[in-house]
Amino acid sequence: MNILTNITRMPSDPKIIETGRSSAHPIDTLSRGLAWFGICLGTLELLAPRRIGRALGVESPTAYALIRFFGAREIAAGVVTLSTEKKLGLWSRVAGDVMDIAALTAALMPYNRRRQNVGPALIAVLGVTALDLFAAGQVTQRSRRKGEAKNYSGRTGFPNGTALSRNRANIAASTRQVEPAATSHRH
Amino acid sequence: MKALVWHGKEDIRCDRVSDPEIEEPRDAIIKVTSCAICGSDLHLFHNFIPAMLPGDIMGHEMMGEVVEVGSGVNGHLKKGDRIVVPFTIFCGECDQCKAGNYSVCERSNRKKEMADKVFGHATAGLFGYSHLTGGYPGGQAEYLRVPFADTTHIKIPDGLTDEQVLFLGDIFPTGWQAVKQCDIQPTDTVAIWGCGPVGQMAIRSAVLLGAEQVIAIDYLPERLSMAEAGGATTINFKQESVIERLNDLTDGKGPEKCLDATGMESHVSFSQPDTIYDRAKQMVMMESDRPHVLREMIYVCRPAGVISIPGVYSGLIDKMPMGIAMNKGLTFKMGQTHVNRWSDDLLNRIAENQIDPSFVITHTASLEDGPEMYNVFRDKRDSCVKVVLKP
Repeated sequence: MNILTNITRMPSDPKIIETGRSSAHPIDTLSRGLAWFGICLGTLELLAPRRIGRALGVESPTAYALIRFFGAREIAAGVVTLSTEKKLGLWSRVAGDVMDIAALTAALMPYNRRRQNVGPALIAVLGVTALDLFAAGQVTQRSRRKGEAKNYSGRTGFPNGTALSRNRANIAASTRQVEPAATSHRH
Repeated sequence: MKALVWHGKEDIRCDRVSDPEIEEPRDAIIKVTSCAICGSDLHLFHNFIPAMLPGDIMGHEMMGEVVEVGSGVNGHLKKGDRIVVPFTIFCGECDQCKAGNYSVCERSNRKKEMADKVFGHATAGLFGYSHLTGGYPGGQAEYLRVPFADTTHIKIPDGLTDEQVLFLGDIFPTGWQAVKQCDIQPTDTVAIWGCGPVGQMAIRSAVLLGAEQVIAIDYLPERLSMAEAGGATTINFKQESVIERLNDLTDGKGPEKCLDATGMESHVSFSQPDTIYDRAKQMVMMESDRPHVLREMIYVCRPAGVISIPGVYSGLIDKMPMGIAMNKGLTFKMGQTHVNRWSDDLLNRIAENQIDPSFVITHTASLEDGPEMYNVFRDKRDSCVKVVLKP
């Protein structure tokens, strides 16, 4: 990528020789992976609900609508996870996983002729849920503000004190004419 | 040399890169002694500013020692001079520079054609702030090439520390200009949204320029305590209604001067539904900026008042109450800072001990720790307000 983007640079601009430590943590990479996985799965659910329904043995208009809804939910959670609101996106993925698990558990009923497909699907969802939970927990932990907020009441910025600076400004202001158009009439 | 390099959203790395070279006769190279992470760097970190490319060096708040000068610098600078580099690059010769409008210099943006297409007319080149503003490598690095160095510098006299003068390159004149362009009168109330570094500088500037009352709005206790120390009355927007409190503090009339020191990434809160709406639209790229603060300022500002916007906005905003602004006769003042228009005055004020901008520094780290400091600053961990890096 850097070789390509170097085309836009002047010959004398610095170019990367060796890449170093990143601000992105491994958990960020995992979160991005989960988001893209969700967006791809969601797109599949939106576009091919009948095929997914048939594979899982749930063939009804209600089931197809539910699969489409789950697809839209996956895409929305993926978009949020890719944004700077990563924590919200990952926790919404966890909530979505719970819905998936509930729906797949319902499809495990004995009358379902395709229940042999539901088991592996459930195991896959449980695996993804574990990853989502781990990522959400880590991101929450990392962004949490720890300890008491510091008190910066000693940081006035005015070496001679705030009152003196204000007085000095007032003296300077009183020596200049107040412009009528901009004068306040509060007093 | 080492430099903090943008590789993508939330991915800044401390890379080894080739050293900068003199490119034009008016260039100089400086050895950076101090640089800082600016709140507007976080917009790049979050990839909200268009035209950033992997490999771009970050940073537009820096100072250092001149180590090499081009043949066209003509004695304005010499090796060993200690300078602060303003974030706006300017030629000093075009019509805008002659008028003191340095941040819209007509010649310093080396990607003018692209900027003309996007902005209508190009603005000045900026250090480390996307290819729309020239794609110049930034100053979060060990060395920096300064284009138009004979004009683009603030020479620092002996006896002042880096920490005292570093912010002359951006946040101090940015806060100062934001207040100056309000045309403060002795009876004025100035309300300032956002108590980050620019907000803190604006508070001190309003005090120095003689505003009767300065009100600062934020929700982080450490920032509110710093604002109060600077002479502001504070409003915690998570604990009370901003509009009600501002009206209470101004006899029901609203502040004459309203200043937005938050910009495009204003806080998102369930108690302010429009912020949720903006965040959702921003996520799906239907809106680039979150203008909650602008809406609130327009609503609460006293008729015939001034709205001053030093906070960075990048593109398109939605649901702006222009009808209210028009009917109230509000004046809008905004723009990137014309740093050198103010630098002599501000340097004098620092030298005379009227103000010491180093009060805002809460964290100092090495350049190698820079990538993690972006996370610390973004998440406001450890009560972080301002990070200075020492290459």
